Formats: sequence, C-alpha cells, structure tokens
Amino acid sequence: MSSIVEVQGLRKVYDDGFEALKGVDLSIHKGEILALLGPNGAGKTTLISTLCGITTPTGGSASVGGHDIIGGYRAARAMIGLVPQEVALEPFEKVINTVRFSRGLFGKKQDDALVERTLRQLSLWDKRHNQTKELSGGMKRRVLIAKALIHEPQVLFLDEPTAGVDVELRRDMWQVVEELRAQGVTIILTTHYIEEAEAIADRVAVINKGEILLVQDKATLMQQMGRKSLRIELAEPITAVPEALSEYELELSDDGQSVTYHYDTRGQSGTGITRLMQALAQAGLHLRDIHTRQSSLEEIFVGLVREGAA
Amino acid sequence: MNLYAIGAIYIYEMKRFFRTLMESLLSPVISTSLYFVVFGSAIGSRIDQVEGVTYGAFIVPGLIMLSVMTQGISNASFGIYFPKFIGTVYELLSAPVNFLEIVLGYVGAAATKSLMIGVVILLTAGFFVDLDIQHPLAMLAFLVLTCLSFSLFGFIIGIWAQSFQQLQIIPLLVITPLVFLGGSFYSISMLPPIWQTLTLFNPVVYLISGFRWSFFGQADVPVGLSLLAIAGFTGICLALIWLIFRTGYRIKE
Repeated sequence: MSSIVEVQGLRKVYDDGFEALKGVDLSIHKGEILALLGPNGAGKTTLISTLCGITTPTGGSASVGGHDIIGGYRAARAMIGLVPQEVALEPFEKVINTVRFSRGLFGKKQDDALVERTLRQLSLWDKRHNQTKELSGGMKRRVLIAKALIHEPQVLFLDEPTAGVDVELRRDMWQVVEELRAQGVTIILTTHYIEEAEAIADRVAVINKGEILLVQDKATLMQQMGRKSLRIELAEPITAVPEALSEYELELSDDGQSVTYHYDTRGQSGTGITRLMQALAQAGLHLRDIHTRQSSLEEIFVGLVREGAA
Repeated sequence: MNLYAIGAIYIYEMKRFFRTLMESLLSPVISTSLYFVVFGSAIGSRIDQVEGVTYGAFIVPGLIMLSVMTQGISNASFGIYFPKFIGTVYELLSAPVNFLEIVLGYVGAAATKSLMIGVVILLTAGFFVDLDIQHPLAMLAFLVLTCLSFSLFGFIIGIWAQSFQQLQIIPLLVITPLVFLGGSFYSISMLPPIWQTLTLFNPVVYLISGFRWSFFGQADVPVGLSLLAIAGFTGICLALIWLIFRTGYRIKE
C-alpha cells in the first residue's frame, strides 16, 4: 500500500523545554482511517499541528503526498484539511461565508455547487444564513468540518471530532467519515473514545509521552494482544479456589459464585481450557454456565500506556 | 502567489467593515464635525489666517491624517488580533499561504477602510470650508501611503498584542500624542525655537506637512523629506512583518 503521509524522527520541544514529540516515525497509508490514540498530553495535537503547519518542528521531517511540510508547504498544505479540537469560529459571520472563505484561503476558485453539497451532507444547508454564534455546539463542529472539507483535501485530520458531542451527532460524523473514505480521503483521527477507534479505524497508532508505542492493523492488534477471559459460573458457591487449581490463577468473584480464567489466544501451548475443565471436574466443582470475553481495545490501550509508564 | 487566498481574506475583512458600516463611517464623520465646530468655528474665528489659509481649512489635512492613522492602526490590529483571540488563526497558519499574502489581504482591507474614511472626512470638511486642493495626485499618494503604512503598523501591533488592553495602548500612548504634537492643528513655525527643533524628531510632522503641502502648497519641512519619511516608515513596517513571520513571533509555537 502506498503511503500518503511520511513522518521521520519528528521532534518538537516547546520554548519552556517540554518535549512534546520525541522523534516520531509514522507512515500513513493512502485511503485508510488511522486512529491516533493517547491520553491527554500524549502529543496527539502537537503531531497534527506540526503536520498542518501550525507548530514548527524542532527536528526530523515529514511529508504529505511527497511534499515536504516545510520546503513544499504550499503543495503539502493544499492537500490537508484540519478539524481542530477547539471550536473556533468567527461568531458574527454567516455559515456559508465562513465556508467560502476557507475555500478561497486554500487557493481554490469558488464552487457554489460544492458548497451546497458539503453543507447538505453535514445537515447545515438550512442554517447557511445563520451567524455561527447562533448555532449549537454540535452544529459549530459541523461547520468546522465543512470548512476543512471545502477545499477537497486528500488528507483529513480530525482532532477529537466527537469530544463533547451527543451520541446522534457522533454517529452522523462516523457516517461522514465513512463517506469520505469511500471517496478515497485518508483520515487521521485522534480520539479519547476507544470505541470510536474500534468502530471506524483501519489501523490504530498509540502515542504516549511524545512517542509512538505501536502502530497496527486494528483487527491484528486485537487478535494479537487480545487476552480472552473465561468466566465459569459454579452450581455451588465456594469460599476459596481449591489448591489443585492454583496453577490456573483463577479469580474468585466476591460472592463465590464464579471463577474467571484469563488466557492468551497466542499461547504456544494452547489455551489451557481443556486441562482446566478436567481439573475443575477432578476438584469436584459443578459448572452452571461459561462465558468467554475478548478484551476491548480500551483494555489493550490502558495496558500499553501503563507498560510505557512503568 | 495564492491570489484566491488574498481575495478571500480581503473580502472577508471588508464584509466585517460593511456589517458595521454605519458605526464605521458615522463616528469619524461626527468627530470631524465636532472638531470643525470647536476648532474651526468657535476658536478658529478668533485666529487669523495661518500661512495664508483660514484656520478652518488649515486643520483639514491634519484632521484627515489623524483619522486615517488611528483608523488604519485600529482596523489592521483588530483584524489580525481577533483571529488570534478567538482561535481561528489556526486556519491561516494551516493554509497554503505565505506571509506576503496574509499581509496583503489584511493590510489591504484595513488600508481600504481607512482610505474610505479619509475620503468621507474630506467630503464632510467640504461642507464646512472651501477646499482648493493644489496637488490632487500628491494628495492621493500621501493619503494612500499613510493608510498603507499605518495599517502595516497596526498589523504588527495586532500580532504583538496579547490582550485587548495592549491593543489599545500603542495608539493611545504613542500615536495620538505624536499626531496632536505633529502639527495637526498648528504650524510648526508658531512654536518657540527649541520646540521647533524637537518637533523635527516626530515622524508624524513629516506626514502632515507633506499632506498639507498637497492641499495648500506650503510645508513645514521639504516635501521630499516627507516622502522619504513615509517610504522609510513603510519599509520598516514591512521588514518587521517579514521578521515576525520568519520567526513565528507570537503566532506560532
């Protein structure tokens, strides 16, 4: 797969000495949706701001569509659309004018048909003559997306697009993201909501303390790192796990009604489930029910970030 | 050159001006009229001619300059400060534009606004006094150059300012005194000799003198010097802005 954004050893040290990016390497494939996950202050916004030209890098290099973000900034930036984290709009300007302004600013000839199509796609057409200050928070966010899309970018950065947005709008936005992907737009999305990444991303990059901890295909990531758990409900409650079962490190629930067994699907020697079942029978425990559960991206993420901190 | 971007910024800024057209034009018209009533009629009627011109007519160039300078500064400084204040500056920084295009858009619009205000004041003045402009082309040139250079200066203030107070402080503490002491309402020759010399360090003197020359054919300082002064001021502002964008001073981290 060809890459559209290449980041090599990108560093950013702020004036106060804070190192927000510690040599980030990242390659983003054309047409994919990449979720950039990380806790607050991990460097997500700094990375995006640097690629978009809002922040000047301290070291390293980056290119968009083969154009260096410094040397070929015009060509690089013309390809990029940015939806910032903070809602920032000129309060007294009409929706349609602020969107037109963005198109002009990015060096494109006005195109009323495109403006109408974009505003309709984002359900803003009815509000086009409203001043932006009259809009609700969710609507303002849509305006920001319209402004980012109006110059037909090939790479779209969405910096926490659904922070503080209600469920309905969030689903709408995922829909828009889907449509954009269908048009071939590459989308980089930072988010706190792991379910968001899980729902729409193709690949996931985890960033913490200015370093990329991992970049992986979402499915592979979940499969590879996914620990599964097996909860076994018992017919009779027990007060302690029998000594004979100690090697399985079972977790006993507070009410003594169930035990949980954690296993790894990657394990070389199998999952150990068969042996556990036999051991349970030998220990004289009767089972009422069993459940298996795959750990979510969120658990993987928390695990990774904690590992990085240790 | 990203012409669409220059146009977009220019039109956007002009729209802001037209949204508040009445306020934008009414206040300079009213304040000019007040100056005429106070200085032109009330006090001016007791003053003989200054350098062969009635006092009412004599103060017209100074009044126009006063408005054009303060308007140029306030329009341009607000124009660029506001996006910084509300955060929309992200879009400018992430757009495929260079500093020259941003400056042309913002300063061009601010200069246009102050030029329009200058013309409106000139027309208003025409109601109060007889104006016979001897060098109309030079008058226009001085007017346009002053609008441009002071809008450039305002742009710098807008980038430097980190609060609305700072936005006001330079016009208030520096520009207004310089303009009032720059011969808007009097001829330098009326001052005691020591003040005449000190006044020559005030750059605004050269602008007003040159501008007044284009009206009445008389100047406190040679016209060539006036042109040099305004060209020099414009050059310094441009250099400062170039430096600002090169270093990202107060707009980029």
